[in-house]
Amino acid sequence: MTISNIWVFAQANDGAVTTGTLELLTKARSLGGTVSAVIGGDASAVAGTLGEFGASRVYATGDLGGALPGAAIASALVAVIEGGDRPDLIMFPQNYEGRDVMARLSVKLDRTVITPVFGGNTLVATTFSGEGPFLAAFRPKSFAAESAGGGAAEVMAAPVPDLGSTGGATVTAVHVEESTGPKLDEAEVVVSGGRGLGEADKFAMVDDLAKVLKGAAGASRAIVDAGWVPYSMQVGQTGKVVKPNVYIAAGISGATQHMVGMKGSKHIIAINKDAEAPIFGVADLGIVGDVHKVLPKLLEALQGRG
Amino acid sequence: MKVIVCVKQIPDPALPGELDSATNTLKRDGKLILDESDSYGVEMALQLVDAAGGGEVALVSMAPNGEVSGLRTALAMGAAQGVLVSDPGLAGSDALTTAKVLAAAVQRLGGADLVLAGTESSDGYTGTVPEQMAEVLGLPSVTFAKSVAVEGGSLKVNRQTEAGYDEVTCPLPAVVSVTAGVVEPRYPSFKGIMAAKSKPVDTVTAADLGVTATGWDAAGQQITSVTQAPTREAGEVIEDDGEAHVKIVEFLEGLKVI
Repeated sequence: MTISNIWVFAQANDGAVTTGTLELLTKARSLGGTVSAVIGGDASAVAGTLGEFGASRVYATGDLGGALPGAAIASALVAVIEGGDRPDLIMFPQNYEGRDVMARLSVKLDRTVITPVFGGNTLVATTFSGEGPFLAAFRPKSFAAESAGGGAAEVMAAPVPDLGSTGGATVTAVHVEESTGPKLDEAEVVVSGGRGLGEADKFAMVDDLAKVLKGAAGASRAIVDAGWVPYSMQVGQTGKVVKPNVYIAAGISGATQHMVGMKGSKHIIAINKDAEAPIFGVADLGIVGDVHKVLPKLLEALQGRG
Repeated sequence: MKVIVCVKQIPDPALPGELDSATNTLKRDGKLILDESDSYGVEMALQLVDAAGGGEVALVSMAPNGEVSGLRTALAMGAAQGVLVSDPGLAGSDALTTAKVLAAAVQRLGGADLVLAGTESSDGYTGTVPEQMAEVLGLPSVTFAKSVAVEGGSLKVNRQTEAGYDEVTCPLPAVVSVTAGVVEPRYPSFKGIMAAKSKPVDTVTAADLGVTATGWDAAGQQITSVTQAPTREAGEVIEDDGEAHVKIVEFLEGLKVI
């Protein structure tokens, strides 16, 4: 089979197309054939950028009216497919919306899904055969985003049909948790804390160090699960993927789940009291020691430099 | 109120995997435990049933070799009964097949007002099964719930987002996936552990549920190779002698970060 018709699940924030979308469009373009974007919401503000990065058209559901994206967008896409435009491959970002839409679609189309399985320490090469559409999710920063200099994508309406018994989940209020400093997945320096901190209060050391280095604070899944910090701070397989210039892991042993999200960092410093911790296998500088002793001294030394 | 919780039984993450020297495959005869991230769903279900003034928490699980030790843990916490799907034909099932099997197990229990699941397992991390189950069951769903309450016959959920959280309402019945850390899972009491031994677990095969395992091949995909991802070289590792922070400062200076 050939891949000649690719759809990319596109997302926008405040009218700006996300970097993850641009990465997937760039990759889709390189595979040849026609590239279409699909988006939940209105596409008039983003058709230009989507076209510039290689989409010749964009299917837009229009305003979702607060409906959660999974069932709504998947149903709209099935209607397009039944209308005659059958993609060979649909590419999704591995994030909240991407996973939900892909999951709903997989049942509607009775197709399996390819996700970044096994935490990224194993590469599973997969061959598609037979008839599409195939559904695959990609971790952020898997590809570089490059403009193709194309014109605006043609906007095609893909309205959401009646969802019947699967509808009804509706957003009634949106809360944005304000964070100061750079965003976790864009920061040049990321300082992350893990279970080795011992207790929730000690995360303040990680926050302080991140601030002093003008970076962002992150966390391992263990302490997110323990409720010390919000899920939005999780670095790893199902959290954020970060590739900063410097990554400092404090009290993190280096479970595969975590390593997937940070081993692409340019430089890695690890502090952990267990000399056997896997994190030392990827660290450029490893300190076998107690974070409760090393971090305060490090903070003092850095603050002393003004 | 009836709540069904999907639980996964996994090899104890604290124990290293062991290879069978005869076959060079991973030994699978070890005891399985309740996936920690599913204990949050069990706890939330117990609390919701309490808040509703009565009802039942039931479990569905899929595991090889009729394994029930993880299920017993959830029963000891307070769940009333479970359906275990154990079938050699389901070994290596993809997420879609898993969702079909678990949805059929939910139906075998007569359905529920609410189906709870973790957001992802601690050994596979596929993370699509709850939403797929919802579609198979023809129900609405809310994924990545931080908190769940029932008010006036509908769900009020705080749902984790990239930027913060959304308040979501959803009619019942529904499927909800919960993030870990939102409730404190109770430890089973001695009485609970003893009671769990006699609670019913209905062990069934895929055929009993009327589900055909499609697997990878039928889905049009073949795994062509499995290799280790490229690894990073380890750098310098030093013991903290009380002055390790100086080393870090020098390292950061070398990179002109400070």
